[in-house]
Amino acid sequence: MGRKLLLEHINVPGINTFDVYRSKGGYASVEKALKTLSPDDVVEEVKKSGLRGRGGAGFPTGMKWSFLAKPEGVPRYLVCNGDESEPGTFKDRYLMTHIPHLLIEGMIVASYALGANTSYIYLRGEMMPQIRILERAIAEAKNAGFLGKNILGTGYDLELYVQPGGGAYICGEETALLESLEGKRGNPRIKPPFPAIAGLYGCPTVVNNVESIAAVVPIINHGGDEYAKIGIGRSTGTKLISAGGNLKRPGVYEIELGVTVEDFIYGDDYCQGIANGKRLKAVVAGGSSVPILPANLILKTINNEARLMTYESLSDGGFATGTMLGSGGFIAYDEDQCIVRNTWNFARFYHHESCGQCSPCREGTGWMEKVLHRLEFGHGKMSDMDLLVDVSKKIEGNTICPLGDAAAWPVASAIRHFRDEFEWHVTNPSVALTSNYGLAHYADPLPVLEKAEV
Amino acid sequence: MLSVQNTDAPVTFTPELLGKFAEIVARYPEGKQKSALLPILHLVQAEFGWVSAPAMDKVAEYLDIQPIEVYEVATFYTMYFLKPQGKYMLEVCRTGPCEIVGATPIMEHIEKTLGVKEGDVTPDGLFSWRGVECLAACGYGPVLQIGPEYTFYENLTTESVDKLISDLKGKANN
Repeated sequence: MGRKLLLEHINVPGINTFDVYRSKGGYASVEKALKTLSPDDVVEEVKKSGLRGRGGAGFPTGMKWSFLAKPEGVPRYLVCNGDESEPGTFKDRYLMTHIPHLLIEGMIVASYALGANTSYIYLRGEMMPQIRILERAIAEAKNAGFLGKNILGTGYDLELYVQPGGGAYICGEETALLESLEGKRGNPRIKPPFPAIAGLYGCPTVVNNVESIAAVVPIINHGGDEYAKIGIGRSTGTKLISAGGNLKRPGVYEIELGVTVEDFIYGDDYCQGIANGKRLKAVVAGGSSVPILPANLILKTINNEARLMTYESLSDGGFATGTMLGSGGFIAYDEDQCIVRNTWNFARFYHHESCGQCSPCREGTGWMEKVLHRLEFGHGKMSDMDLLVDVSKKIEGNTICPLGDAAAWPVASAIRHFRDEFEWHVTNPSVALTSNYGLAHYADPLPVLEKAEV
Repeated sequence: MLSVQNTDAPVTFTPELLGKFAEIVARYPEGKQKSALLPILHLVQAEFGWVSAPAMDKVAEYLDIQPIEVYEVATFYTMYFLKPQGKYMLEVCRTGPCEIVGATPIMEHIEKTLGVKEGDVTPDGLFSWRGVECLAACGYGPVLQIGPEYTFYENLTTESVDKLISDLKGKANN
């Protein structure tokens, strides 16, 4: 088992209350930051930690903070992104449900670093129970002098509010989230200007994922350098992985970045293998948007090296043979799952969630859903696979926000790696209605690569 | 096609509800009261069971914005009901991770048990159901939620769904 920085005390009874949380060393980072560090020092520690955005994009958090504009007399905002809607991802819900004060603590330190006096935690509207949990935690923290005016006598003021969304995946995109927080439809904004210059109410704003903000707490407590010692290369620290699908033990795991994928799926400390004694067929490693990989390619890279749970190793081989760590939404598919049906399901999701602003996404997602529907339900044509790839290419990169890419990648990757399963649906339409293509050769060992002459 | 619907029932916001509205508006800077729109619509829905056109007009008046600004938001987000629903709206996650652990059979079972199609209300006014997109509970699927508290029911089986429905019937009849 690796080190736990976020979930260390998750099983302590009453850790959701201020008193118990505090007795376990909670809010120490607020005392350390506000009393002994300048805001710039805090930013510096986060930069040194190498922390990368935990919401999916993996952009260095310290760098994002350092881009924040600081014009005189203009308020600055920190907005926490708790919209968590990426299929496969449920880590933030877990963290907020069980250890809400960790997020509040991180919000205080991060707000101090950015010079924000009002901060918002935006949660998807379906998380009403978590909204109540956080509001109670905020009240407790305020009561103890960690929020409100003149926190701990340092002269720093901070008000913290929780805002519900209305049920829209797109609001996980940071500018759509800001629109939503302003009481509007969640249509992503054209960038530039980036939120760091003109965000909430046109003021400089940083938007960070729940887990990123929570990670600030151990970074300040132990120092950025210590945090950076965990992990491999540019994948530093620990990451929450939410594992679902056909696993023996699904759930949320805090891993040190660098665990092998094989250990994560089959290890006793983690998911303990595939449920019901079946075999692994495919994995979506970082939320539904990232390319799906067959079992052989997720366990080993094309160069036959063990694949690791890091940003770099998962993306090894690019989109041809790799994928992405994304949000850490890990979905495992067993031998009985149908890739065509799953791809259709995801395409329906993106069509449903497209905000409709950009034509390639609005029209393209619907078109892909229709074509995949006919493939799944026995009316597909051999030309459909090329058609899908063509449509996906025309969406990718041609939209204001990354939802277009997110809709295109699962479709393109499914056809890239599982084309014969799609073709089988076309040639055996009636069989495909009642049975699945099965494991086929997807779990076979990797093909031996011929060594390139250098 | 979604559109806003009228209602014959009078729409009055109680002083308690207006008190909650004011508490929310106070969270935002002066002049940015429109930010309260989404949370206020949730409160309206919890009170009336859905958001009717007259209710939205009153919200617009309260926030000093145009009614269209409320309509466009209420029709964009999926959580707001634009027509009356059953007292208990069972929202079943139908996306990938829940689907591969059996969301479709759960929805078929609910449809059969309640005897109404997706989006329709049972004759006694107690239930409606629909499939919704990912609810961020992928490790505990299949899942469903019931508003306005948005309580989660996880690792569903046909037996646990039967029990839930009969419990809710009992609750409603007491």
